[in-house]
Amino acid sequence: MSETQRILILHGGLLVLLFVLQFVLPAYHHGNLARIMVLATYAVGYNILFGYTGLLSLGHALFFAAGMYGMGLTIQHAGFTPAPALLVGLVAGALVSGALALLALRTAGVAFMIVTLMFAQAGYLTILYFGEYTRGDEGFVIQQAQRVLWGIDLSDPTNRYFAAWGLFGICLLISLWLVRAPFGRTLVAIRENEERVRMLGYDTFAHKLTAMVISGTIAAAAGAFYGLLFGYAGASFASVQYSIFPLLWVLLGGAGTVLGPFVGTLFMFYLIDLSSGITTAYMLIAGVVLVALTLFAPQGLTGELRRRVWRWLP
Amino acid sequence: MELGPYILLASLEGSVTAAVLALTAVGLSLVFGVMRVVNIAHGEFFMLGAVIAWYVAHAMGGHPAIGFVAALVLAPLLVGAIAVAADMTILKRIDYDPERTIVATIGLLYIIQQLTLMTYGPEARPVEAPFNQRIALPWFEWGEKGFEFYFPWGLSTTTYKLAVIGAAAVVLCGVWAMMTRTRIGLLMRATQADRDMALAFGIPVERVYALVFGIGAGLAALAAVLIVPIQQAHYLMGADPLLLSFIVVIIGGLGSLPGTVLAAVFIGLSDGIISVFFSPTLAKILATLLVGLVLVFRPQGLFGTRTA
Repeated sequence: MSETQRILILHGGLLVLLFVLQFVLPAYHHGNLARIMVLATYAVGYNILFGYTGLLSLGHALFFAAGMYGMGLTIQHAGFTPAPALLVGLVAGALVSGALALLALRTAGVAFMIVTLMFAQAGYLTILYFGEYTRGDEGFVIQQAQRVLWGIDLSDPTNRYFAAWGLFGICLLISLWLVRAPFGRTLVAIRENEERVRMLGYDTFAHKLTAMVISGTIAAAAGAFYGLLFGYAGASFASVQYSIFPLLWVLLGGAGTVLGPFVGTLFMFYLIDLSSGITTAYMLIAGVVLVALTLFAPQGLTGELRRRVWRWLP
Repeated sequence: MELGPYILLASLEGSVTAAVLALTAVGLSLVFGVMRVVNIAHGEFFMLGAVIAWYVAHAMGGHPAIGFVAALVLAPLLVGAIAVAADMTILKRIDYDPERTIVATIGLLYIIQQLTLMTYGPEARPVEAPFNQRIALPWFEWGEKGFEFYFPWGLSTTTYKLAVIGAAAVVLCGVWAMMTRTRIGLLMRATQADRDMALAFGIPVERVYALVFGIGAGLAALAAVLIVPIQQAHYLMGADPLLLSFIVVIIGGLGSLPGTVLAAVFIGLSDGIISVFFSPTLAKILATLLVGLVLVFRPQGLFGTRTA
């Protein structure tokens, strides 16, 4: 079996498995998995910038929120139907990530992290400031009648699951294709040694800019779908915590692996789900996992798997 | 109240903010300067200082001054010890890699914050100030009868607030003296200048790092003990000092102590005065944008000088 066949079987198999699970899972886990797939899409977007390009952003909640509010506000205040509203969300994500990339990519390393953190914080505060339209922390509910996409009611659990599955599948395949294409290989080369890539004649700035826009747009798509599928948009999705989450998921699952974001999101979601039954201080688990990861498994779960068993894992 | 007394009041309140901010930010700046790592958990060390102050003051009883003085000594020492422990168990093992340190200290932030929530609880609790006399301030004006002064209603400060400003100034001078006049300060500066060369000259760099991390956290805790009679101790109180200290450290130039103090005074005063005229949210938006843009276009800070 060639490497490409193995890779296609593994990733296709995961998507088929997720499709089939829809018919067997009990209602509670069925709902959870739909949520996990949308959040994993967010992590897939984050992974393109962090895992493959090596740029650690602490401001992805800005892109997630750009998608969510681009979609939500046009539905709420401009009376858009879901299809154009989703498009507005995507365009908002692309524009915001492009603008931030132009500024933040002038810096590197720690400064890049702080610049992204600061702009995301400014975005979060801006949402609070325009509380008249966004309803601030309280957020607003998107009514069921406004969530019908091409005659499909997305508030129905089955439809919601398929929509989440479709979004996740598309973004996973985009990410798989991207990292095996020459463009993705160049991103990995930039992560490993930017000076050398520049010396070889590549325009590293343009590559990093494109990577950040793709990453931000996928994050925005996840944000827009999250708002539409679960019928709610609130400022907490723009807070620092939502910038930390994808970092956590990707680190846990394995940065720089295509499956890592999904594995990490799945693992973390159920870890928090189980622990919040025991204590209200569930973020403690997130903290302990972060510290343990930096100490013992900087490669993450899938990364360790690649290191020990399947060396061909993309 | 008219505008003049209003601005005087705002700048008095602003100086208290500035004093506390200067202590917190100098702690952060020291860690960044010597160790070249960014400590995201710095705000939580601040919060721990306030919470420990409450515990100590609560346990001591008697006159509020006894509890407060005990807290002033114990809280920074305890928080410093926690920070040293965190440095030796976590930061040392990841070899002070800048990016992994940020991730690890984010984890540390959640651990400290949530453990406080589990033990101390979600309530905000006050600590009584050791002394707290109200001082009414006069305001001068050219009236119909020539020069006169009166006491506008609401224009006042307390002896405690003035003492906070004084205490912060003394501690800052102490930090400066330690860095420039003592042997340990010399070791720190040597480590800051060139880690490998310092190691080659037999300076125990790892112990210096642990000490610096402890002192940085201790300064944040000290600032928190000073402010806790004015604000209250709460498990989420670390977020604002962290953000403001970041702003101060970046505007003052990363790792430069005089720049940091200057920027703290500047930010503290302008924060007090701006929030008189604008909504606090808008003031925060402007401040965060300013930091982002300063880092992009003047990475050496507004007061720093470009190195290398």
